[in-house]
Amino acid sequence: MKITLDEINNEQMDVLKEIGNIGAGNATTALATMLNKRIDMKVPKVDILEFNEVTELLGGAEKKICGINFDVDGDINGNIMFLLNMDSSKKLANMLMNKEDHVEELSEWDISALQEVGNILSGAYVRSLTTLTQLDMKISIPSLTVDMAGAILSVPIIQYGQVGDKVLLIETELNEGNNNIKGYFFLIPDVESFEILLKSLGVLE
Amino acid sequence: MGKVIKVGMADLNVAKSGDCLTTLGLGSCIGITLYDPISKVAGLAHIMLPSSKSIKNNSNPAKFADTAMDILIDKMIKAGARKTRLVSKIAGGAQMFSFSTKNDLMKIGQRNAIATKEILKEKGIRLIGDDTGGNFGRTIEINSDTGILFIKTIGKGTKEI
Repeated sequence: MKITLDEINNEQMDVLKEIGNIGAGNATTALATMLNKRIDMKVPKVDILEFNEVTELLGGAEKKICGINFDVDGDINGNIMFLLNMDSSKKLANMLMNKEDHVEELSEWDISALQEVGNILSGAYVRSLTTLTQLDMKISIPSLTVDMAGAILSVPIIQYGQVGDKVLLIETELNEGNNNIKGYFFLIPDVESFEILLKSLGVLE
Repeated sequence: MGKVIKVGMADLNVAKSGDCLTTLGLGSCIGITLYDPISKVAGLAHIMLPSSKSIKNNSNPAKFADTAMDILIDKMIKAGARKTRLVSKIAGGAQMFSFSTKNDLMKIGQRNAIATKEILKEKGIRLIGDDTGGNFGRTIEINSDTGILFIKTIGKGTKEI
């Protein structure tokens, strides 16, 4: 039997939420170490949402956002996506480059800085998952794009579309000084991997 | 001015008498538009995947190119269109992220475009406008009075086909 996101029970959902918490926590620690700054993280929201709810959360299908995508392979295959609105992506880039400006457009430097931070955050996230599950997972180099939320989201949505009609979303909020950055993680295991993941976490027979 | 009817992801609809159909932020998905220039009936489907046949979760026919096409044609005929007069314009099918060669799903945009064209050929519907591919998102709007398809992007301007 193949299990889908529509079919998971409360206990399995709690475990997925816990993974979200630990993963995002480790990602924040990694970022704080890299920047040598104090970074607070709000307890993230982990939720299973309908397609349209996710798009609305990001400001609608036409809203310009920044998406960083990673392939995951090993015992688990799938993708990780990290999404930021333009304001948050600019703040995060400025934080990394140690500068202050208020332009909304991202420069090439900003983009490579964001890819790097995406790498660190997703790497930390995957490491916590590996530790919890004892499964082997590797992530690819990041690929970043700035475009309409609907268009960027169509990539994970189509992938989830093979498993169910809902997506697993982890919302994280990072705070450094006056900078408030809101980001969204998607972990997208393929059909087989979703089952392997739940089994290794002991919530699926 | 007619009204603008929004078509969501994995959804479809029909418009007539000066109304417009729009779908926002197409990425790898395809916006399939059909138009009958005589009865001025327009149809739009926002499909996500090429075929309903290989997928377990296929309860929503509007999600797939093959099943969406049949339903859209039926709906348009009910609204007064004639199948032999239908022409099509399609947009979308982008590859939003630049690598992932081993991951077949990442080429889904291209596969969607190919499947859509094959189904149009099967149904004997002429493709008269094609704005697929690339690595960017698109918002599209079709006007049922003119059959003109308006395409908007971020950073790549707007155009009409």
